Amino acid sequence: MNTPALVKHRIEDRAPRALGPALRRWETLLVALLVLVVAVGGATQKNFLDPYNLADSTFNFSEKALIALPIALLIIVREIDISVAGILAVASVAMGAANTHGVPAPGLAAIGIGVGGLCGALNAVLVTRFAIPSIVVTIGTMSLFRGIALVVLGDQAYTGYPEALGDWGQGYFFGMIPRSFVILLSAAAAFAAVLHGSAWGRRIFAIGSNPMAAKYSGIPVDRYRFALFVATGLMAGLAAVLLTGRIGSTRPNIALGWELEAITMVILGGVGIAGGSGTIGGVMLAVLTLGMVTYGLGMANVPGILMTIVIGALLLVTITVPALMRLGAPARKGR
Amino acid sequence: MSPREGTGMNANLFKLREVQLALVLAALVAVIGARAPVFLSARSLDSLFTDTAILVMMALAQMLVILTRGIDLSVAANLALSGMSAALIDKAFPGTPVPVILLAATAIGTALGAVNGVLIGLLRLPPIVVTLGTMSVFRGTIFVLSGGAWVSSHQMTPSFIDFPLDRLAGLTNLVWLAVAAVAAAWYLTRHTRFGRELYAIGNHPVSAAYVGIALPRRLFAVHAIAGGVAGLCGYLWVARYAVAFTEIANGFELSVIAACVIGGISIGGGVGSAAGAVLGAFFLGVIGNALPLVNISPFWQSAITGAVIVVAVVVNAREGRRAGKQILPSRESAQEVPT
Repeated sequence: MNTPALVKHRIEDRAPRALGPALRRWETLLVALLVLVVAVGGATQKNFLDPYNLADSTFNFSEKALIALPIALLIIVREIDISVAGILAVASVAMGAANTHGVPAPGLAAIGIGVGGLCGALNAVLVTRFAIPSIVVTIGTMSLFRGIALVVLGDQAYTGYPEALGDWGQGYFFGMIPRSFVILLSAAAAFAAVLHGSAWGRRIFAIGSNPMAAKYSGIPVDRYRFALFVATGLMAGLAAVLLTGRIGSTRPNIALGWELEAITMVILGGVGIAGGSGTIGGVMLAVLTLGMVTYGLGMANVPGILMTIVIGALLLVTITVPALMRLGAPARKGR
Repeated sequence: MSPREGTGMNANLFKLREVQLALVLAALVAVIGARAPVFLSARSLDSLFTDTAILVMMALAQMLVILTRGIDLSVAANLALSGMSAALIDKAFPGTPVPVILLAATAIGTALGAVNGVLIGLLRLPPIVVTLGTMSVFRGTIFVLSGGAWVSSHQMTPSFIDFPLDRLAGLTNLVWLAVAAVAAAWYLTRHTRFGRELYAIGNHPVSAAYVGIALPRRLFAVHAIAGGVAGLCGYLWVARYAVAFTEIANGFELSVIAACVIGGISIGGGVGSAAGAVLGAFFLGVIGNALPLVNISPFWQSAITGAVIVVAVVVNAREGRRAGKQILPSRESAQEVPT
């Protein structure tokens, strides 16, 4: 009931244009924040700006960010998927099971991604065919997917993955740039091209701005929703391949709690939770900012649990400040 | 059972939902009882009720939030933080009487819930984002408060630990508190203006505002109540298991929401009843307590829970309501306003 109050009183043919200036400011803010974090980190920590350390720090967020990309699109169309970490677990378990049957690394990667896509398709069917809110569906399937991993593994773990898988999970290009980061950048470029440079992207924004109007203007809304849930599953599968390769084992609690971290990245990146607005650039800036904060705090020996306070507070501040500014300026409009 | 009673046709249907759920639950209990008669013994049922009490209370509080189209993901972190605070109070002042601890835990929880309430009610920020943020902050604060250390049973006074499982007229205090919570939630949602207004808000926030319902205050109150219940449950949890540490009740918020969803409380707001929340909580409680008795590995619990949730929502969706298609319908409702 906040932003729409403004939209209501304008006559527009393209909603995002009105949001444009604000979004630009948002990304500027993120850039400033990122620069600040890097500056403070560089000033206080001796090895913060060491290029090898910086490059290695991307390992910590690349897989998560791969999941955040499709979640950004889902939130733009007013959906959400909190089963992503569960999908990742199932995909990793499938890879582990295939590995015990001697499937080679490329096959394992295909299986991980494929199983992720299947899980995404299950969410997609439940959301589109049965018209169930996606948050409810994915709370259920999160428990279901994680549960499948638990049933298969119990208190055991899959290990002994082939070396080729590790090469992708923890390997480098040119001996320095982590492959997973390069994959992340390529994926981000692809998502940005689709969202900001194609008719599909325009329709995604249209659906998010007003699903009903989008439907009446001939957009197959459910088909888009379906595709986005499958894409989310595929990306979670890809993240599973990289993560499994990096840590070299599959336990039932793999990637526990990642769904909330990925969603935090997306929202911090300026994607509006009410749908219809957001950019991949913003999400990537948020990913880098969060990554640098985590990296800097880790270097300063701050325990991980304290970082959750910082990240949570960052999320709250980023949404509260604009709301306070709105409250200060044109009051009494939205009611 | 729902605000739509009295609209004729729908009345039976909506009454049926809780009845159906109760029948399914009874059938489940019967099947388990047939395979493992010990499940139906007084002792086993007593522990089922005791084990489920906290989930029942939390689900009822979450129901109030969901009725207003909200969601509170921070309740488990709130529970853990309030519980840790209660444990630290008891550790620092071993003579503190239990009623004071109860009040303190509830007050701390209410204050934490009020933070959500201010952001969601007064600033109208999306509940899912706000509570995602406060969840992280609360959880991290436990670590700051405790310095990462555990508070274990030998650091707590016996009266502190004993209260939840002390018995009054044959039932544990936990069960009595849950019974009181059920009665309160039933009365609140069925017979108070406040409760009816929550349904109105969930059904159509804009209309609710037009007819003069003070949305900000109601939303604030609902989140403060959810926080207070989480605080109370925090003490009960810590005392019951006689240990407090940073990760207690991690992920419990999703069990609470799952109980509501199974109980037919629509995430789209405006639909649901106390009976549904209680039945949903017991559904999960029965699954959790019965698995070991029927020789199913506890590793199955999560998968079965997930399957139950999916089936429950599919069945509920089949009842013909398409409400709540959006995660956060505020925008849609704004657009429905005639200009």
